[in-house]
Amino acid sequence: MKMDNQIVFSVTEITRRIKSVLESEFVEIAVEGELSNVKLHSSGHLYFTLKDENAQLSGVMWRNRVNYLPFTPQDGMKVIAIGRITVYEVQGKYQLDAVHLKPLGVGELQLAFERLKRKLAEEGLFDEANKKPIPQYPQRIGIVTSPTGAVIQDIANIISRRFPAVELILYPVKVQGAGAANEIVCAIRDFNRWKIADVLIVGRGGGSLEDLWPFNEEIVARAIYASEIPIISAVGHEIDYTISDFVADLRAPTPSAAAELVVPEKTEFLENMMNFCYTAKRILQQMISNEKKRIHSILQSYALNRPVDLIKQYYQRLDGLENNIKRLIKYKFAMYNNTLNGLSQRIYALNPELVLKRGYTIIQKDSGIISRKEYLSENDKVKIKFYDGPVTAEILSKTS
Amino acid sequence: MAPAKINKESTKRQSTFEKSIKRLEEIVEQLEEGSVPLENAVKLFEEGIQLSKSCLEKLNQAELKIKKISKDLDGNFSLSEENYERE
Repeated sequence: MKMDNQIVFSVTEITRRIKSVLESEFVEIAVEGELSNVKLHSSGHLYFTLKDENAQLSGVMWRNRVNYLPFTPQDGMKVIAIGRITVYEVQGKYQLDAVHLKPLGVGELQLAFERLKRKLAEEGLFDEANKKPIPQYPQRIGIVTSPTGAVIQDIANIISRRFPAVELILYPVKVQGAGAANEIVCAIRDFNRWKIADVLIVGRGGGSLEDLWPFNEEIVARAIYASEIPIISAVGHEIDYTISDFVADLRAPTPSAAAELVVPEKTEFLENMMNFCYTAKRILQQMISNEKKRIHSILQSYALNRPVDLIKQYYQRLDGLENNIKRLIKYKFAMYNNTLNGLSQRIYALNPELVLKRGYTIIQKDSGIISRKEYLSENDKVKIKFYDGPVTAEILSKTS
Repeated sequence: MAPAKINKESTKRQSTFEKSIKRLEEIVEQLEEGSVPLENAVKLFEEGIQLSKSCLEKLNQAELKIKKISKDLDGNFSLSEENYERE
């Protein structure tokens, strides 16, 4: 061991030398590897490890660069990290100070998608039981999408045609690139906080997997899950499926489809109302008709006809009585007639003329009729009326 | 495990259309049940007709309203009218 002509460094000195060498040699490099131990510190700085089968490299990305990431780095993702090597003297570590991370091809994103989907499914975020029903007649519809582009115009056109008696509340957000996921999360939370919508449509038009990536981010999925307002996710085209689609209360294959799903068709609604009215009218007509029948049968019944019946009975009694009276009168009349006849016959029989005819005479003195001999004296002059005429006579004697 | 969510159906606001259709359903149910006296049935029917008429009017006269949210630095929101041109 030769010590005399060997330079002895202090730890600081040697570290500084190492730092100098490394930092000047590796000023701008790109490193490919698999992410692990990804930690987003509360400070906003991202710490991670890049590894492959044989070695690993610590990495850090500072907060201001993290904001530019169009996706959230996950363990297991294969990425290319671009940056420089720095030496952290205090801990004697070297690390990659990354300014940018990008997935190693679309395949990486696809794998990340699968990983997250599995993880959230296991947690139960996609369970049907947790999905809320979409209100049938929402009054206020919140729309979280880009303010430019055809999406909002299409949605507005379709809703205006189908059921215009609603209010659309547009919350403009970025729908791709860095920061988009955060804006979408803010929008969902704000709608929930202010309670100004009955349902939300969250989505965007078609694009590549990278373009749609914000709708695959974990924070967006969790915000959708936590929303008390029902959410329709409407991302991309029919064939695009995002994590948002799985966790939302309803998936629409496109934003236009969402517009069709969120409101009913107004003529259909009106038809439903009309049907109710016709049914109600029919029932009511039936009730009225039944009531009419009931009243009619009551009218027909004996109970109500009694007065008329009574009257008829009285009429009959009257008629009967009348007949009786007539009969009685006739009878009485006949009786009187008989009596009269009898009397008149007797009277007739008593007729002096008849008496005379039978041979008797009427003796008159001074035009008075003498019915007793004591009324006569001797020598009285009397008229004797015979049936065939009178004679004059003188009384000779009162003794026989 | 994610916490289970309770369906907060009862605290939802119902739109007038929703209330109207529900009321019409109720009216028809009551009428079908048959225990409503005729006078009340007529009143119910009139109520139903009124509901339908007002919904019809609302729908026929309605124009889509669009509002845009702006947030200020304090986190308060304001709504501004957006002009909507039907294409």
